[in-house]
Amino acid sequence: MPTPREIRRRIRSVRNTAQITRAMEMVAASKMRRAQQHVLATRPYAERIRAMIGDLAAMADTEEQARYPLLARRPIQRSQIILITSDRGLAGAFNTNVIRRAIQVMNERPESLENIDIVTIGRKGRDFLTRYGRPLVASFTDVGDYPSLESIRPVVRIATDDFVAGKVDAVYVVYTRFINTLRQVPEVLQVLPIEAPPGTDEVTDYIFEPSPEAVLQALLPRFVEVQLYQALLESIASEHSARMVAMRNATDNARELVSELTLTYNKARQAQITREVTEIAAGAAALG
Amino acid sequence: MAKLSVEVVTGERVVFQEDDVDMVVVPGADGTLGILPRHAPLISLLSLGEMRVIKGGQEQSLAVFGGFVEVAHNRVRVLADTAERAEEIDLARAEEARKRAEARLGRAQADVDLIRAEAALRRSIIRLKVGRRSRGRQPVGPQQELGNL
Repeated sequence: MPTPREIRRRIRSVRNTAQITRAMEMVAASKMRRAQQHVLATRPYAERIRAMIGDLAAMADTEEQARYPLLARRPIQRSQIILITSDRGLAGAFNTNVIRRAIQVMNERPESLENIDIVTIGRKGRDFLTRYGRPLVASFTDVGDYPSLESIRPVVRIATDDFVAGKVDAVYVVYTRFINTLRQVPEVLQVLPIEAPPGTDEVTDYIFEPSPEAVLQALLPRFVEVQLYQALLESIASEHSARMVAMRNATDNARELVSELTLTYNKARQAQITREVTEIAAGAAALG
Repeated sequence: MAKLSVEVVTGERVVFQEDDVDMVVVPGADGTLGILPRHAPLISLLSLGEMRVIKGGQEQSLAVFGGFVEVAHNRVRVLADTAERAEEIDLARAEEARKRAEARLGRAQADVDLIRAEAALRRSIIRLKVGRRSRGRQPVGPQQELGNL
């Protein structure tokens, strides 16, 4: 049985921990809200680009489509996987889940592991993969909580350059989709070649300047960019909500522990008092 | 009389939104485009330059740097690579950027440097132009228009 003094010390320490986790929960909650707004703000642009590509691609037949390097479908011999994790931990199973999903994707690909190039965004993914001896084509860290579109461009450049040069035949991004505060799902998205969405037929009467081909040519890289950007923003929103929930659980656990310890402390204190009283009584009896 | 509704969005955010607009001028890839209500459906590439939105004799100005414009059913949607409203532009910073670019242009060696410096110079000049216009916003008449050129 620990002494009351030991228990008291323990209670104080657990209380401090609870205070810290509570603070982290609040920080994560506010960052999560901003990240969510950020995701929403990118949607109008992404949706229009997507719709325009769909309509324009529908105007071109398969043969014409093959002339656009970013639409080129080849038999897949080498692929590239972009893994988005966070820089920091203490976010529950957030990183574990997305890394596990990436490993699963790699194992399921028909091409062998040596034929899969990996690019990581976030320290956790990088650390994990290097620990397991997987070489990385590139790794990016410190994108921050509110990254600009500019910050994703180097990643986009690697993906498109490698794809256009024929170094890889497909590019996938593994990221965490934000569904709601309690649910974030790791997902895989094919970035390249671009799968043109179905057209709406609305676009046929448009005047194009300089030409439909030039417009499509300019749209395609933007689409890659915005897709990766959205994947990154969704991952960030997911990270913060995962951390928020993890920290809330930690706070709850700490509080529970405090109440248990308080009970133990009271019992120990009472036992001590009883013992002292018995000792005094026994002493008095011995004297009398 | 029909009016236009105008929206400028980038990959990061919605930059500008306005309804009941009389006319929009955007820097098209093949030259400046003036868009009035009931314009035919159009999709055009954009170059860098000033975009103007005219509503009831008042004019608002934006700097846009590349992207697309889509016109259909009296809706003008600009999907810009980058765009800034005039009042967002930091004139001092743009001025500095202009000086830096000019200095770099003077001693540029490689072609890449030259191209970069030129692009930076163009961007800063556009920012300055758009930014200055917003500081003294007056109703626009024909003379005013000339005066600003």
